[in-house]
Amino acid sequence: MLGRLSWAAIPFDVPVVMIAAGSVGLIIFCVLALVTVKGWWPYLWREWITSVDHKRIGVMYILLALLMLVRGFSDAMLMRSQLALAAGHAQGYLPPEHYDQIFSAHGTIMIFFVAMPFVVGLMNFVLPLQLGVRDVAFPVLNSVSFWLTAAGVLLVNVSLVVGEFARTGWLAYPPLSEIAYSPGVGVDYYLWSLQISGLGTLLSGINLTTTILKLRAPGMGYRQMPIFCWTALASNLLIVASFPILTATFAMLLLDRYCGFHFFTNDLGGNPMMYVNLIWCWGHPEVYILILPAFGVFSEVVATFSGKPLFGRRSMVMATMVICVLSFLVWLHHFFTMGAGADVNAFFGIATMIIAVPTGVKIFNWLFTLYGGRIRFTVPIYWTLGFMVTFVIGGMTGVLMAIPPADFVLHNSLFLIAHFHNVAIGGVVFGVMAGISYWFPKAFGFTLNERLGKAVFWCWFFGFYLAFMPLYVLGLMGATRRMQHYSNTHWQPLMLVALAGALLILLGIALTVVQLVVSIRQRERNRDLTGDPWNGRTLEWSTPSPPPVWNFSLLPQVERSDAFWATKQQQGTAQDRRDRSVKQTYETLHVPRNNPTGFFLAFFAVLLGFSLIWRIWWGAGLGILGAVVVCLVQAWRTDGEIEVPSEKVAAFERLHGLKERAV
Amino acid sequence: MSATEQALATGDAVPLSLRGPASTGVVAGYGFWLFLLSDIVIFAALFASYAVLSGETAGGPTAAALFDKKHVLIETACLLASSVTCGFGSLAVQSGEKGSTYFWMTVTFILGVAFLSLEVSEFSHMLGMGAGPSRSAFLSAFFTLVGTHGLHVTLGLCWLIVMLLQVATLGFQPMVSRRFFCFGLFWHALDIVWIGVFTIVYLGAHL
Amino acid sequence: MSAEIEAQGKAPGVNVHTHGSRGSYLIGLGYAILLTLASFWASSTDVIYPHGVPILLGVLAIAQMGIHLVFFLHISSAPDQTNNILALVFGIFVVGLLVFGSMIIMAHLNHNMMPMDRLMQMQR
Repeated sequence: MLGRLSWAAIPFDVPVVMIAAGSVGLIIFCVLALVTVKGWWPYLWREWITSVDHKRIGVMYILLALLMLVRGFSDAMLMRSQLALAAGHAQGYLPPEHYDQIFSAHGTIMIFFVAMPFVVGLMNFVLPLQLGVRDVAFPVLNSVSFWLTAAGVLLVNVSLVVGEFARTGWLAYPPLSEIAYSPGVGVDYYLWSLQISGLGTLLSGINLTTTILKLRAPGMGYRQMPIFCWTALASNLLIVASFPILTATFAMLLLDRYCGFHFFTNDLGGNPMMYVNLIWCWGHPEVYILILPAFGVFSEVVATFSGKPLFGRRSMVMATMVICVLSFLVWLHHFFTMGAGADVNAFFGIATMIIAVPTGVKIFNWLFTLYGGRIRFTVPIYWTLGFMVTFVIGGMTGVLMAIPPADFVLHNSLFLIAHFHNVAIGGVVFGVMAGISYWFPKAFGFTLNERLGKAVFWCWFFGFYLAFMPLYVLGLMGATRRMQHYSNTHWQPLMLVALAGALLILLGIALTVVQLVVSIRQRERNRDLTGDPWNGRTLEWSTPSPPPVWNFSLLPQVERSDAFWATKQQQGTAQDRRDRSVKQTYETLHVPRNNPTGFFLAFFAVLLGFSLIWRIWWGAGLGILGAVVVCLVQAWRTDGEIEVPSEKVAAFERLHGLKERAV
Repeated sequence: MSATEQALATGDAVPLSLRGPASTGVVAGYGFWLFLLSDIVIFAALFASYAVLSGETAGGPTAAALFDKKHVLIETACLLASSVTCGFGSLAVQSGEKGSTYFWMTVTFILGVAFLSLEVSEFSHMLGMGAGPSRSAFLSAFFTLVGTHGLHVTLGLCWLIVMLLQVATLGFQPMVSRRFFCFGLFWHALDIVWIGVFTIVYLGAHL
Repeated sequence: MSAEIEAQGKAPGVNVHTHGSRGSYLIGLGYAILLTLASFWASSTDVIYPHGVPILLGVLAIAQMGIHLVFFLHISSAPDQTNNILALVFGIFVVGLLVFGSMIIMAHLNHNMMPMDRLMQMQR
């Protein structure tokens, strides 16, 4: 009746899990109770859950990512503390079968449910505003993408309590991930949650690519488009081209597991190496999907806070598109040691070194933008400067490992771990943090507390170095990744330093929460009344903070790049602009109506995924049926838009003008 | 001088990239085109697996032993014909002619069903003689590649039914016409994938 | 359907001229039938040099895909189709890399990592 599901699926005998699950359950219950008691459900349903507004969806992505950062980081703390203890005769407190699930969950969550939502969320919020349009190409699809990602998040987190997670690492290589060696539900949780959220990501890639290429303000050609939009274009093209590979590869593994196929099995002709090959065909573009938008953030931040246009705009764009293409030519460097031979290894080694060049071009362009500018040392610039130092180090260790003979020594050692955390934290995390502190005032109408922001930065910066520099050393000393225990006690001091670093990062995360609370408390003091708190250069700063649902009351006419900067030069002060805008005549606008399709599709996706994991076939059937019905209902919906009458638009502009004048 | 002004001054048409947001039809069509490309990449991964695993018969039946070229030729004819009738149906949609639309799209549907039944009969024949997907890696790859294409055809036929119902209930609203365009793109793309399938899988087997 | 060129290009598959483009589909059908029959013939005849047959089949398949793209999907080199062509080229690039890259890599891997017993069988 319930497939493989029974009470035995819940690990009542594992205290760590039960305490974690109990605490989280309690927190969720309290939040739901609070919302119910305060009567906030109608507001939440109307303004957030069924919203198809790219700004709301962007914020929800980032909130989701922040929550999962806490989960992923808890896994990291468990690992760091285990390794600090488990030297020589000591065994630590986490047995191997538990530790394996922790490092697998850590990687899966950090890449798919922290980094991706952060980056997609930023792109969602910013792109239509920078392009000078009202929303993305497919607003309802946007909501579907978000909720499918959330569905994946839910499934991964349920695995903590009901069943188990994969013990295979974050990429689930066969033959270990085949049914013969992983007969439990862990790998199925991994595969189904990623298939569901992967679909969401793919749809997002299609949505944002179409937006950038087909929806831009009049006069905004490719040469006038902001650099963040270019990097977002490259990133989304990579999503469209690479995520299907992930889908297909996981589908083949699922067929092996569920239907006894032999793609990657050890017997009857299967070839596990083919999985590794295919998964990295996706995996390498994936890391560029994550870093390119971060590069875009840094370009915007550097130009704004130096008060100069970005140096070498054309070479920046060229470098971005070159990285986009080259990212498909290096994937074998993830498995130099699998045995393809010297010729093949040499090709990919050289290609990997070549791909470092356009990134170097970018670094120099940022430096030359800063040079000669009047730099304002705000929190986003702190993150940018931290990135430039940290990412360069990480990039250099990457080029080091691009040399196959060196990689034969360092592959799967802690040196590798240190390298990719170096570029992921120094690049992606720092970029996202810069982006959040840069665009927060636009989203919420007040700036974040600067002092606490700088404290958060220093905690992350020093915490990162303390946590990961020892790992470079340990890697060179021979320590491998994914080890639950080690016999060489000389490694322990370095592990302790790494633990200290992790604790410092934990402080940084805690301070982020504090910063949020304090900033909300101080919001009246830090109100952004002009819509342009940083003296920005691009179109999003020409809107009020937060922008109305329709973004722009009048679609901007763009003449050159850094469009808003040009407008400011020509049209004088904010006062003049306000006076002019009050005298404008406005037209009736159309905005997309709220739509519950995304939420309901995700609901049925969770039902489908959970049922498939536990082999509850009737549940799966119900999930598919429900999804089909939701799609059919949406297909017949003809009232997709609401009218915003011109008087409402004019009234909004007058009100905003009054607020601005009061500054 | 802005790029737009420059173009107007020299008397050239303003480049497309400067004209502002595109119409809904163009946006929907381009988005669906990108989706199709992503679908082609899925097929590429399956083709790659087939190419790598086609020799791994694990002592079981080989491609040459299993595939019947005449059968495939008829399947190809059905699918190709359905592409053309789909094209005629698209023209009827563009002109807003209900009767013509129903006729050509129904013929498309019938040809699609014919294709599927031929494929299903081939699969069940193979299963019956023990040449199922769990027999060897080659067979796993074959059934997945050709089966995925067949699954896409099936989903396309379901979509076609929905579209015909939409025309019946909503008429030729812009929304309905746009979706028919997308269906046409999908159906033609499936025929393009089939060219790859019959060349590499079926004709390739006899080499 | 208006015959104006729309801002930002045309969607693939959209035909500006509704009148008389049945011809486009029929011409495409004609070429496709020829190429299909040619493929089937090429794979079963003895007339062609055997090692050239795969290449010929490849050429015929690509040609037929091109026929479909031009006559059924109305891809052209007009400026309003540029985005569509660029997306197609990028897609072809990725597909080519994925398929041929995988084949080359796996061939090398299979050769180098062949299990001992099979290696010895091959050498016997």
